[in-house]
Amino acid sequence: MPFKTKEELENHIQELKREPVTAQILVCGGLGCLAKGADAVYKRFQELIEKNQLSATVKKTADNHQPSLKETGCMGLCEAGPLVRIEPKGILYLRVKPEDVDRIVEETLKNNQVVDDLVYQEETNQEIRKWPLMKDVPFYRKQMKIVLRNCGSIDPEELDDYLVHDGYLALAKVVTTMSPDDVIGEILKSGLRGRGGGGFPTGRKWQFARLSKADRKFIVCNGDEGDPGAFMDRSVMEGDPHTVIEGMAIAGYAFGAQEGYIYVRAEYPLAVKRLKKAIADAREAGLIGKNLFGTSFSFDLIIKEGAGAFVCGEETALLASIEGKRGMPNPRPPFPANKGLWGYPTVINNVETLANVPIIILKGADWFRSFGTVTSPGTKTFALSGKIRNTGLAEVPMGISLRELIFDVGGGVQDNGKFKAVQIGGPSGGCLTEQHLDLTVDYDSLCSAGAIMGSGGLVTMDENTCIVELARYFLHFTQNESCGKCVPCREGTKHMLNILQKIVEARAKGEDLDLLIETAEVVRDASLCGLGKTAPNPVLTTLRYFKDEYLDHVYNHVCVAHVCNAMKEYRIDPEKCRACGKCARVCPVKCISGRPKVPYIIDQEACIKCGSCFEACPFDAVLVEWRSKNHES
Amino acid sequence: MENQELTLSRQFEKVNAILEKHDRNESHLISILQEIQADYRYLPEEILTYVATALGVSPAYVYGVATFYAQFSLKPKGKHMIRVCDGTACHVKGSINVLKTVKEQLGLKENEETTPDLLFTVETVACIGACALAPAMMIDEEVYGMLNEEKTREIIEGLIEENKGGMVHAIQD
Repeated sequence: MPFKTKEELENHIQELKREPVTAQILVCGGLGCLAKGADAVYKRFQELIEKNQLSATVKKTADNHQPSLKETGCMGLCEAGPLVRIEPKGILYLRVKPEDVDRIVEETLKNNQVVDDLVYQEETNQEIRKWPLMKDVPFYRKQMKIVLRNCGSIDPEELDDYLVHDGYLALAKVVTTMSPDDVIGEILKSGLRGRGGGGFPTGRKWQFARLSKADRKFIVCNGDEGDPGAFMDRSVMEGDPHTVIEGMAIAGYAFGAQEGYIYVRAEYPLAVKRLKKAIADAREAGLIGKNLFGTSFSFDLIIKEGAGAFVCGEETALLASIEGKRGMPNPRPPFPANKGLWGYPTVINNVETLANVPIIILKGADWFRSFGTVTSPGTKTFALSGKIRNTGLAEVPMGISLRELIFDVGGGVQDNGKFKAVQIGGPSGGCLTEQHLDLTVDYDSLCSAGAIMGSGGLVTMDENTCIVELARYFLHFTQNESCGKCVPCREGTKHMLNILQKIVEARAKGEDLDLLIETAEVVRDASLCGLGKTAPNPVLTTLRYFKDEYLDHVYNHVCVAHVCNAMKEYRIDPEKCRACGKCARVCPVKCISGRPKVPYIIDQEACIKCGSCFEACPFDAVLVEWRSKNHES
Repeated sequence: MENQELTLSRQFEKVNAILEKHDRNESHLISILQEIQADYRYLPEEILTYVATALGVSPAYVYGVATFYAQFSLKPKGKHMIRVCDGTACHVKGSINVLKTVKEQLGLKENEETTPDLLFTVETVACIGACALAPAMMIDEEVYGMLNEEKTREIIEGLIEENKGGMVHAIQD
């Protein structure tokens, strides 16, 4: 090091691979596992290794080499963390506590036995099946890892760990053996589409930038994952930062950029830290910097921390933010590929898109095309959350059905609840129902159902979720995040939110629904950028698929999910009421009346459902009742 | 009064160092404000004006940037930041109750964010990316997940206990 030629890098990688495979203990250091105590598990392993108990026994089985202990990026099954994997066997232990570590060392590492009660258990009709190997666990069975290929296997802070998985070989290959047009050609042929949500062909974007004549060009990695319910970019940046850097350098070579920016959410301090270390290590090893692998190509990059603005996911807004301005979008054209950062041609790619690039170069476009569908090749990572059994991060081939994704990979609805809807694509996406479960997951079929791929947030909902309240929640989010530059988005989302607020508070009338649809259509058609254009999606899709719930809220003041407070009633049980008057004294709107010895009564018209009477009553005489469809009032 | 002037000049010393580090480059404004806020926990008005002059841009421009991004605050914030996640997953799993409990425990009214002793600030954030732990919150840099009312109450009680002694303690830190 530093590597001056491609051969030096190849030799080093060969050297690393020659080291015998010994036992590897991988402790998941993803956010989910860390919050559940993965650190303590890791420390316990460390203690036991240091005590030397371990090396003595492993020596016999693993050829004089000590087992290695690593803290890796996210392994995906966050629900069951902290996760521990023992390689090369591929045993996966779930919910590992520090006190379990002794047993793992004793039984698995010394005696080659599986610790039975720590493995995945699947309950099928009266039978419990145990799956000790990671690849057999239902959550992983249908997955296909391209983007997350190293995530959860390597120590993100060790360059050699990335190199041993053929790291930077793709970069070495392109700068020494391929012309920029070859690289673009390969990416075009692979059919890779932008994973940030839009699905624009990546190769075409690079081509546009290559054709722009300028003395400076930029590649920008969009790591400003603002979608509530999405954490795939975070996991890649934290778990495999070098892939992102390598992907950016290859992109830079392809269209002629020698400078790059990684724009990361400030809420992701660990991602920032790991990327910084990765950049410094790569620079020191000569993998980025001046004259890579002895060629004339130089490339370097800088990290910019975002400051909290959802709209900065929008290309032109993101660029404004890097330039130190308010993150407001500009009308396109000119497209950033022609006129971007400080007026120079700029390509903005999402983290996940860039993570696909190195492996496409190494394995070829045809290999990549063998996964996914014709129009959406490859895989997509999804952040599974909400009322789903296996919350976590999953990467599946495009074209998998929603049913497989939710029920096979995700394990179905939590607590055996009934599936109601799935929100796909974040606040700009749509809500799909049971009837869509056989829809395949790819850009075009999701679009036809009114949803979008978005960044891949997938929130499953059961019957305890009120669809109208959810639409209100998303509108509240987009209205808050609207930058305010264009009127349709700024004013339109506000009006939409007001109407939704009226609906959930039982103050809406029939004509409000018409106005809601009309406003939504205007916002969708007339807004300047993607934020406004897609903000009505949650409203329009829920109105399309859950119209009954809206009608119930408006006309019957009924919330079937028992979520919207205004749809419940407080009543006083005359049997229990002792006429003490406490309820009337705390009532803020003075709608409770009564006199001594006569049970008190709540005036339903005036009641604001604040619940003060319910809490004040010492005799549990105040009852909460949810209005039902056949309610008589 | 004298004391106040002294603090102010000391503040500008730090600001100057930050400005120098960024070569007084206007395009680094966001990073500059981030570093200032990391030091003072908020962006005092006189510092914003000072930064504007130093960078050669209008105070309105700096103010515009400072008010645009969610991360920046023009009001003093508490020593400890409690960020209750209100992402979709957390929302569906009851983040509103978590927020309510936190505020109750700290004695904050609905529209109040910071305790009068400047020890705690409570905010909601769009998503902390810990959806598997929903509902979740972040206290300073630490993530707490799978919250319910009881667990939330315990955590906040613990936090209050740790910070007994109030601001005297905080200033000494």
